[in-house]
Amino acid sequence: MFVTRKAEFSASHVCRIRSLTEAENLELFGPEANANGHGHNYIVEVTLEGDPDPVSGMVMDLKELKDILNEEIVGPMDHRFLNYEVPPFDRVVPTAENVANEIWRRLANRLRSPAAKLARVRLFEGPDLYVDVVSGDETA
Amino acid sequence: MTSLTRRYRFSASHRLHSEALSAADNQRLYGKCNNPHGHGHDYILEVTATGRVGEANGLILSRRRLDRLVEDKILCCFANRNLNADAPDFAQLVPTTENLALVITRLLKESWADYVAGSDGACSHLSRVHIQETGRNGFEVLIPDSNSRNLSSQVEDTYAQS
Repeated sequence: MFVTRKAEFSASHVCRIRSLTEAENLELFGPEANANGHGHNYIVEVTLEGDPDPVSGMVMDLKELKDILNEEIVGPMDHRFLNYEVPPFDRVVPTAENVANEIWRRLANRLRSPAAKLARVRLFEGPDLYVDVVSGDETA
Repeated sequence: MTSLTRRYRFSASHRLHSEALSAADNQRLYGKCNNPHGHGHDYILEVTATGRVGEANGLILSRRRLDRLVEDKILCCFANRNLNADAPDFAQLVPTTENLALVITRLLKESWADYVAGSDGACSHLSRVHIQETGRNGFEVLIPDSNSRNLSSQVEDTYAQS
């Protein structure tokens, strides 16, 4: 079965590639390329797959998952400018795709129990755009 | 595997009525949805692309190109329209939201290559079309990778959300 926990953070970012012209950046990223950045209310949904433990009746203690989300995602990213304050976005464009995959990597490092496997990271960048990363070849 | 979903909102009216059925059968089958002057919904359309994240630009696809595609091929024709009267696709086809999802899937597939595919070094394919008709009714078409050349003309997964 699947268990999903939600977390939220607000952060600013800008999507630009230095080697491109202003016009090329605007064509590629739209208003996300505006030079001084802008912010989003990001929502992360983290889905684990597993069977409930016969004793506890839980796939994973969600308090523990909440702590991991706070340590890996909310703490480092909330109220930050991703490009300036959250590696690797000093050198990787913080598109929703890249932020979602970075969240996947951070969580995959912490969620190693075969009893509760990371199955999906869904990142909402505002109410009308979301990215899903599912298990498999995460960056492909 | 990474996918990106963009939501678009449009309002339209429709009336469910099949010429193949008698007036009484239409009324029995469609109920209030058969009322003679139609009614409207605030539809939420979700378009999902699945693919490889471009190494240089971090994108599966350009939002601008996707937005242009949806604007030119979908919103232009359906937003603030009467689907039965204004949309040629529904001249002979009952505009149930199942059929609307299938028509939108076909229109997006037809123009995907021109607008989106391969744009900016990104590589993605249209993988899903979902329409929320009301807060309670959702309709979804899943589309296999274009390499398989196997666009089903059936609703692959239709369900009512509670």
